[in-house]
Amino acid sequence: MAPMRYFDEVEADGILPMTERRQVALFVTCLVDAMRPRIGFAAIEALEAAGCDVAVPEAQTCCGQPALNSGDRQDAAALARNTIRALEEYPFVVVPSGSCAGTIRVHYPEILADDPVWGPRAEALAERTWEILAFLDQVCGWRPQGVRLPVTAAYHDSCAGLRELGIKAQPRRLLRAVEALQLAPLAGEETCCGFGGTFCVKYPAISNAITDEKAAAIEASGAELLLAGDLGCLMNMAGKLHRRGAGVRAMHTVEVLAGMGDGPAIGEEA
Amino acid sequence: MNAGFKLRAAEALADPLLKVAVERTAGTAEAKRATAVAAFDAFEAARTRAAAIKDHVIAHLGHYLEQFEANAIAAGAQVHWAETADDACRIVVDLCRRAGAKSVARSKSMLGEEIGLPHALAEAGIERVETDLAEHIIQLAGERPSHIVWPAMHKTREQVSDLFRARHAEPHAEETITAMAESARRHLRTAMLGADVGISGANFLVADTGAVCTVTNEGNAELSVVPPRVHIVTAGIEKLVPSMDHAIHLLRMLARSATGAPLTQYTTFYTGPKRARDLDGPEEMHIVLVDNGRTKMRDEGLAEMLRCIRCGACMNHCVVFRQIGGHAYGGTYPGPMGAVLTPTLDGLAASRDLPQACTMNGKCQEVCPVRIPLPTLLRGWREKSWREGLEPVSTRSAVRLWAWVARRPWLYRLSARMAVRAMCLFGRRWIAAIPLAGAWTRHRDLPAPQGRTFMDQYRRRQR
Repeated sequence: MAPMRYFDEVEADGILPMTERRQVALFVTCLVDAMRPRIGFAAIEALEAAGCDVAVPEAQTCCGQPALNSGDRQDAAALARNTIRALEEYPFVVVPSGSCAGTIRVHYPEILADDPVWGPRAEALAERTWEILAFLDQVCGWRPQGVRLPVTAAYHDSCAGLRELGIKAQPRRLLRAVEALQLAPLAGEETCCGFGGTFCVKYPAISNAITDEKAAAIEASGAELLLAGDLGCLMNMAGKLHRRGAGVRAMHTVEVLAGMGDGPAIGEEA
Repeated sequence: MNAGFKLRAAEALADPLLKVAVERTAGTAEAKRATAVAAFDAFEAARTRAAAIKDHVIAHLGHYLEQFEANAIAAGAQVHWAETADDACRIVVDLCRRAGAKSVARSKSMLGEEIGLPHALAEAGIERVETDLAEHIIQLAGERPSHIVWPAMHKTREQVSDLFRARHAEPHAEETITAMAESARRHLRTAMLGADVGISGANFLVADTGAVCTVTNEGNAELSVVPPRVHIVTAGIEKLVPSMDHAIHLLRMLARSATGAPLTQYTTFYTGPKRARDLDGPEEMHIVLVDNGRTKMRDEGLAEMLRCIRCGACMNHCVVFRQIGGHAYGGTYPGPMGAVLTPTLDGLAASRDLPQACTMNGKCQEVCPVRIPLPTLLRGWREKSWREGLEPVSTRSAVRLWAWVARRPWLYRLSARMAVRAMCLFGRRWIAAIPLAGAWTRHRDLPAPQGRTFMDQYRRRQR
């Protein structure tokens, strides 16, 4: 028999027949850990609803992307080894960020390619690492049940998720199952928001010009709520929207999917 | 150049006309390319083939160079080899002198810019007439190209109109684009027909025929190089393709990626000088093959960059280029491809900002017709810059300290807890200003952390 192809199943009827609970390690990401723990709890909520047992390994810290993008390959490799050690015993690793998931999936095998011991371990982890929206949609075939949020939302495709991991249809498929939520078309939805990690503080003026255009496009979309899959991009856009005095709120897509969309958005008090 | 980049970028950002000009051209190009690509059958497969053609040539460069040389000579052309930019300029200037040239007509060539040919001709006292409309504008304004396809992209048509009125003998009467083009045509045609030498670049060098291919939309290459007695071609050695079939495939990719058109208005293959039965054409044809760091690039991990066919799609789709335009980059080539090439040409120490001033969003790679992994190559420069100690001490020590902490989970937890507590002192919802984050809060507010870290809250819930 041909191996089961998640995509086909999902496309067929939306729900995968579940045989046993999936054992998942949540890689929280440094930004969610410090700035918005709510995303981590929403991730656990959604994963459990999708039939997963979720563990949060203690030894995780940061995936090392800041070192990688700064050109500090030695430290990037050291952090990659740390993360591999912390996560490799789990059948699935799920990350509420396209760029952190992309670092593990795409860049760990590159960074450690020449290492006879760590190279294969990086490959093995990469294969089992998923961005959360792709995981919920493609692997679990899950859809939110009975989640209602009467709001007009705009979805921004964060670059690493979109171009490194091919995340485009998954969040939209998931959001379509949220009752009363309308997705407003966003002009330039695939255009970078100007965050770029350390880029936004190394070249603040250029970053600002890019982000300003993005914020204007979001405002013009008429959406009340901005959704994306990466907290870095969300903080950048939300911070700009707030500075511009726009009334658009912002949160991570998984918060909405977990039924937490009526809670405090980014920059709002709990 | 380091302080220079930020300064130039700041000037560019402060110029509202530049933004208008860049947006008009790049925005149009982006939309037209999207339409052309959507109408192209199996564009992704065509990109893969285009990349494979270039990779094959670059891996067998010696073979195809020899084949091209033999066939070009057989067709009656003379072939010259230049290892450096200076060698190339010296060869061209010598050829011009030997031809007794007082004036040369030059058809737009980015390689010419790269090797500093305009400057070399000026030093030799040879009058140079730029015949490409945009290069003509640049020459009148005394500037440098800001884009590899539209050198005068940074100028609005209103600015060009003023320039023509000031510098043309019979400027346009009406304020229309057609009338302005006519004004340039009147001015340039006389100069072109009176030139002693025509200089062009090459979009492709066809190895099995010895032909040189140029593409233009104005026909200025043809009119620049056919009437004069001598035609000189300057071309980078990476322009080689094995055969016409390969050239045609890459032409289809080039035009669509650059302007969204299926083909340029003029696509010409020049095979040798005028032959006995030809009615016109130059008496001599010289082809100067220029290395200028290309074999070094191939051997030092930048082979993929030699696939580049100079379409400009990467810069047209780059969020940074769209904000700052081409001049801010400071090199011959702007945008993502320029950020990869300039450190090779001008040295990394003088251009370390270019690979850094990128959000790594990957759009350039997505639109590249020859699949150059531009973000990966840019990251390669960042790594070299880090290894060679070119990054500021503040950045280096911050990243190293942070990585040292992040390797120790218990210390990392403690630091995250303390950092979050400290940040919470500056605001409960939004932080408008906070020490160490001025670069962020100058332009946007910072959402305050929610309170305790995820790890702390999670552990508490587990108990």
